[in-house]
Amino acid sequence: MPLVYAGVCSHAPGITGRADQADPEVRDRFYAAFDGMRADIEESGAEALVVIAAEHFANFFMDNMPTFAIGMADFYDGPIEDPGWLAIDRFRAPGNRDLSRRIITEVMQTVDVSYAEEWRFDHGIAVPLHFVTPRFDLPIIPVNINCQGPPLTPLPRAWALGEALRRAADSVPERIAVIGTGGISHWPATPDSGKINEEWDREFLDRWCRNDHDALVDYDDLGIYADAGQGGFEIRTFVAVSAAAGGASGTVAFYAPIPIFAVGCTIASYDLA
Amino acid sequence: MSLYYVQKFLYELNRDPDLQAAYMADRRDVLRPYEVTEEEADALIGPDIGLLFHLGVNGQILMHFAALHQIEWADYLALMRDGVARHGPVREGVYAMTGYEGVDARRSRSESDEGA
Ligand SMILES: [Fe+2]
Repeated sequence: MPLVYAGVCSHAPGITGRADQADPEVRDRFYAAFDGMRADIEESGAEALVVIAAEHFANFFMDNMPTFAIGMADFYDGPIEDPGWLAIDRFRAPGNRDLSRRIITEVMQTVDVSYAEEWRFDHGIAVPLHFVTPRFDLPIIPVNINCQGPPLTPLPRAWALGEALRRAADSVPERIAVIGTGGISHWPATPDSGKINEEWDREFLDRWCRNDHDALVDYDDLGIYADAGQGGFEIRTFVAVSAAAGGASGTVAFYAPIPIFAVGCTIASYDLA
Repeated sequence: MSLYYVQKFLYELNRDPDLQAAYMADRRDVLRPYEVTEEEADALIGPDIGLLFHLGVNGQILMHFAALHQIEWADYLALMRDGVARHGPVREGVYAMTGYEGVDARRSRSESDEGA
């Protein structure tokens, strides 16, 4: 079936872990936008959710760092962090090994991916799922792009992954939704935590909504690091979703810098209809 | 200087409750399989969060190590700032890409830019 949903959201651990330290008014509007994303995905009739994330040394490390990885398991446990620290209880999210295998097989025709039959979710997936599938009743297909350990996945390759995922999603009988999680500008877990470059974020979201391939892959890592912090490297996940949306244009449902969450909190989606 | 092995140890520690228990029981002993220098070992044993940040440990790894030691978020940020102030800009790793100098140095530089 053709892809039924494509969107992006933030995944910073403070969104759940430091919820009580944020301005309640802004926080609750952000949470409401997450609820809107959940409703849209439910309404799409999605039978599986592909989550393109940028994990943070939970499963993958520099001893054998995959440029891309896709999960191929019937279940995924999380969070790998201390549940008290993240304020998300331990969960087991369903997977679908057979569907993953078919998706991976198709993606591999054009993009070299690693597959993983074990995968423990960190906040990069756990935080979005906490809002989007809070009952953990939708099978997840986790996808990782190396946004952490340089040399990082080049942006044009993130785009190629998104195209391949779209082709794969369209090729299976199931109804597939996809979300990208991460970014945009932020300096997570460093002394600059809380710094957010709103102007840079808005320029990026403008390119994202226009689904402007050339402008989206035009960023270079030194520039991203200087203007958007090492957290900005995670735009790779948003760019992959742009490619998966196949030229559709997008809408930002929510954007606001929330410093205690250490990120410009974002919910956006493409109009696939 | 063996940032790779310092981070490898922390990566494994973050994932493994048994290793966490062993570390809490004998911090120096659990480091034996890892190719780390004396300075790095002392920072991991202390723990010296500021020195680890200065050495280049990624915050996505370091923040969990701080949480393991019951260090509150605001204190974790302060310890990293303190490390940069004590030891200088981050030596290696992703934050050394453009010479990470920390917020205080950045702020004083931007203030003097504004004054100019
Ligand atoms: Fe992240």
